[in-house]
Amino acid sequence: MSEGTVLGRAWRARGVAWPCTVLLLVALSACVGPALLPNNLQQVSRESFLAPSAAHWFGTDLNGRDLFYRVLLGAQVSLLVGAAGATVSFLIGVVYGMVAGYVGGPVDAALMRIVDVLYAIPRLIFLLVLISGLDPILRKTMEAGGLGDWIGYSKILILVLCLGLTEWLTMARIIRGQVLSLRKQQFVTAARAIGQRHLRIIFTHLLPNLLGLATVYLTLTIPAVILDESFLSFLGVGVQAPLASWGLLLSDGAQALNPIKGCWWLLLFPAAAMAVTLLALNFLGDGLRDVLDPRRRDQR
Amino acid sequence: MLRFMVYRALSLMGVLFSVVTITFFLVHLMPGGPFDRERKLPEQVERQLRAKYRLDGPVLGQYAGYLGDLLRGDLRLSTKYRNRSVNEILAQALPVSAVLGGVALALAVAGGVAAGSVAAAAGRPWMDRTVMLLALGAICLPPFVIGPLLILLFSFTIPLLPVGGWGDARSLVLPAVTLAAPYAAYVARLTRASMLEVLSQDFIRTAYAKGLSRFAVVYRHALRVALLPVVSYLGPLAANLLTGSIVVESIFSIPGAGGFFVNSVLNRDGFLLAGVVIVYCSLLVIFNLAVDLLYGYLDPRIVLYE
Repeated sequence: MSEGTVLGRAWRARGVAWPCTVLLLVALSACVGPALLPNNLQQVSRESFLAPSAAHWFGTDLNGRDLFYRVLLGAQVSLLVGAAGATVSFLIGVVYGMVAGYVGGPVDAALMRIVDVLYAIPRLIFLLVLISGLDPILRKTMEAGGLGDWIGYSKILILVLCLGLTEWLTMARIIRGQVLSLRKQQFVTAARAIGQRHLRIIFTHLLPNLLGLATVYLTLTIPAVILDESFLSFLGVGVQAPLASWGLLLSDGAQALNPIKGCWWLLLFPAAAMAVTLLALNFLGDGLRDVLDPRRRDQR
Repeated sequence: MLRFMVYRALSLMGVLFSVVTITFFLVHLMPGGPFDRERKLPEQVERQLRAKYRLDGPVLGQYAGYLGDLLRGDLRLSTKYRNRSVNEILAQALPVSAVLGGVALALAVAGGVAAGSVAAAAGRPWMDRTVMLLALGAICLPPFVIGPLLILLFSFTIPLLPVGGWGDARSLVLPAVTLAAPYAAYVARLTRASMLEVLSQDFIRTAYAKGLSRFAVVYRHALRVALLPVVSYLGPLAANLLTGSIVVESIFSIPGAGGFFVNSVLNRDGFLLAGVVIVYCSLLVIFNLAVDLLYGYLDPRIVLYE
């Protein structure tokens, strides 16, 4: 399989094209959808708990807000938090893993012990402590910096930071392992022999060899971050109304689900939106792994 | 072997010690104290409270005192649930979580391994695809969606099982399934991937060549080796499940330890938080040690000690 570029090969591979299409559709409707919807759908109204109809495609919630609009709004926040949080973890994990693997010796041992210790702290605790520690600090800095109008969005920033800060451990381990095996190969020795600096070797020789694997795990980290965010929203420390995230909608929907007044649409539509997105992301990650992961490529 | 175990045990003790230290100082660094109320307490009262809970004096002194108490098995008093010690709280809540978690653990491992090996070895692509799609679905839906759906199905639509509560075996079913679902799915994916790899190895061809049935090859020869990645996942799995989950416990109103996990952070209840973390971390350490031992038994080719 040598024809075409990596991207072309990836696109033609089984299980890459369709998840990409689904994700693009979700992202596109999340970006432009809310702006296209009529204005009256975006406000609180008296028509609470309406079943899905032509006027309200997904029905309405407790406060009479249109659920279709809320799901699109939730998509914005969930996708943003997922993508940005995963990117933060990607950056930390790749740098950390490369340093540990390339420097080696006692530095490697020390860095990996730190990862072991962080693995042993329950993630939820780690997250909650980080959030409740950093949130007030960020709010204060934002107020002091004259960004008072944006205070409602500080929570999103905090979520991105904290989720990124807790999700990088696996990425660091994988990258380190990969660097350990790359470092011993001849092209690295050759680069050293002609006198290239370490930094240059890391960026021009190692990094391109790592990006495939790192992209695979980036794709698989996004759904993990979106799920984590939904947990935090369920616990009431995530995004707060009037903003919405899928996790927030789901936890509202789960509470509204009872046999007397079964507002099934409040759970079904956010769950479907989230499930479709996460499934697509997981399939994309698996598909990309078949194309990009060096170990798997050898097997084919 | 003994030397390896001692070395492993010591390094895991090191992890435990570091986690205790990190937790202690994280709690200390968190903004807001355990005695902050809407109305500020008089200085005198706050000072006395701090003395009672031994939160006065320099930080390093507090830390040393706390480590000393830990060695004696004293997890100190909770600052939120006044006059109850962390030991008492955990002794009450942990068994509940452990029973629920134990059932969920058994479900997750048994269900996951069965589903994963069937998907990999049944030789029927449609079965493989169905099982894996179900598994992905269980990973993609958070438990606070799966839980209410199960209640709606098996308590309201078909009145089979109680909605929640704690006490008899029937009320265990739904929460255990909800708790186990995502982990079972993960185990199924792990088992399938490793089973596929094992089935392509030479000793499997040999087993077929000497005339063993497909069943014997897959479930007696391949499964034993294919289980290794699952076994190494057992440590975090057990630690996660046995210490309880706030989501499942709040959906099914179960008086477990999961809630303390979250509330201890929100209430700045430092000693309770540290206690919960210590229990979690100890479980992780113990199970990781047990996993090391299991490894040698499952795959004699693995030499742990050098």
